[in-house]
Amino acid sequence: MTTTLSAPDEAPPEPTRKPRKRRRTPALPYLLLIPAIVLELAVHVIPMLTGIWMSLRELTQFHIRDWSGAPFIGLDNYKVSLDVDSATGKELLHSFWVTIACTILVVGLSYGLGLAAAVLLQRPFRGRALLRTLFLTPYALPVYAAVIIWSFLLQRDTGALNHVLVDQLHLVDDRPFWLIGGNSFWSLVIVMVWKHWPFAFLCLMAGLQGVPQDLYEAAYMDGAGFWRRLRAVTLPMLRPVNQVLLLVLFLWTFNDFNTPYVLFGKSAPDQADLISIHIYESSFVTWNFGLGSAMSVCLLLFLSIVSGLYLFFTRKARADA
Amino acid sequence: MHETAAERWSRRIVLTLLTLFVVIPLYVMLSTAIKPLSNVRDSFTWLPQKVSFEAFVDMWDTVPLGQYLVNSLIVSTSAAVLSVAIAILAAYATSRWRFRGRGLFLASALSTQMFPGILFLLPLFLIYVNVGRATGIELYASRTGLIITYLTFSLPFSIWMLVGYFDSIPRELDEAAAVDGAGPMRILFRVLIPTAVPGILAVTVYAFMTAWGEVLFASVMTDETTRTVAVGLAGYSTQYDVYWNQIMAASLVVSVPVVAAFLFLQKYFVAGLTAGAVK
Repeated sequence: MTTTLSAPDEAPPEPTRKPRKRRRTPALPYLLLIPAIVLELAVHVIPMLTGIWMSLRELTQFHIRDWSGAPFIGLDNYKVSLDVDSATGKELLHSFWVTIACTILVVGLSYGLGLAAAVLLQRPFRGRALLRTLFLTPYALPVYAAVIIWSFLLQRDTGALNHVLVDQLHLVDDRPFWLIGGNSFWSLVIVMVWKHWPFAFLCLMAGLQGVPQDLYEAAYMDGAGFWRRLRAVTLPMLRPVNQVLLLVLFLWTFNDFNTPYVLFGKSAPDQADLISIHIYESSFVTWNFGLGSAMSVCLLLFLSIVSGLYLFFTRKARADA
Repeated sequence: MHETAAERWSRRIVLTLLTLFVVIPLYVMLSTAIKPLSNVRDSFTWLPQKVSFEAFVDMWDTVPLGQYLVNSLIVSTSAAVLSVAIAILAAYATSRWRFRGRGLFLASALSTQMFPGILFLLPLFLIYVNVGRATGIELYASRTGLIITYLTFSLPFSIWMLVGYFDSIPRELDEAAAVDGAGPMRILFRVLIPTAVPGILAVTVYAFMTAWGEVLFASVMTDETTRTVAVGLAGYSTQYDVYWNQIMAASLVVSVPVVAAFLFLQKYFVAGLTAGAVK
């Protein structure tokens, strides 16, 4: 990082630049950044590089004690991870698709609910402040508390959901399992949406505050109905918010470890085997850290490419507009 | 503004459904916490058959919740305070100077948010163990290690929010102070920090929440003595029984202060998001 090049304490005057009305203290901004940069390097960048290094080693339980001496095996870990004919590769690909499906659903639903709430709470009415506070509560709740509540609701024998479905509404006879089997995927989606949608609501609410009211008045005068106003005024005005929000929601959901870990424990049911849990299992349960690292690096590559493309196209769309 | 009857009714219906979606789990948490264990063991009831506060008494003995709370408090408070202090410095630099590498710094700070935690969990764990062996500074299974880790989690977002806040403070205030002879650090402490207090508070609460809710690193990087509540709550499910009422009571105790602080400061989050991150 070029910013770590700290200038000497006694800042030399800049000879090339004409003194402008802006004060110039060239060393100071860099000095102010040093703590942040050192910490980000220490906790994120160096471990990430170490992770890449580990992915090229045979780092199994036999070598973990003296991990720096683990034998170099080149791209073998990657070959195993990405070989869809092997069991490891198949499982990784499966959890990749599960994660994609889950992410699309969670981001879509969270955005939809957040937008609905933000738009509907724009107009002043009695109880609006209360609703706003209420809607933000799931976001403020620590993730384990939020997920624990849901895991209680979704218990087969003592949970509220089956109580309503089976005992109260008599919709099903046999109590369904919600935390194992095919339903577990839907349980995970619902829990994640419950936890994430308030963040979308918060950001969209912030974005809507910048929309001038007379735009709505003008649209109304032109005879635009609710949907038309949403499409012609609200959504275009929210475009800069949407850009960051959708990316952040995507990355959070895709990397989410806490929610499935608290909901299902160390090994998630097959149908809800999110990629971060899968990698955790591959590394910490089977003690093959080299393989786990290779999988993580693939995940990082995928996320960087997607984010890069996303930013490129949204920028371009904004520039073209 | 004008609203048709159809619009009014759809608004009411949608908001009611959203409210139910949010409130039902919260209600279940509250009502389960005040049920006796016999009431939660067999089948679910919406209302407690008997109101009892035994869960709030027993939860301290079933697991060492008090110790976990102390650990969590120390770790999260230190992480939040340090993170915000560091973010203030970085945000000040980024907001008030146009230096080389400024854009790169902001972009790379944010892109660390993209890393899957699982990617650097193990390397970080190994690095901490090695640093401990080499220097005797205990980072693995220590509060210090967790504090350092957690403060970097909230740092990028805190910097972004604070840059927005600082940008919204007029430069004329800086310049007026400079005319009075204040140096850059004096300007930071006398002008920017006092003006941005609500934003700084909001960011502090955010940093605290991030550390308070983290599960993955806490589960790997702690031992018996340093365990945080995030991991400790798992102790209420034993092989034989799950003390749901105590879990809910403990979750309540753990959540209420954070939720209250966040909700109290929510309007400053909105202001910060409007000022910085979203624009």
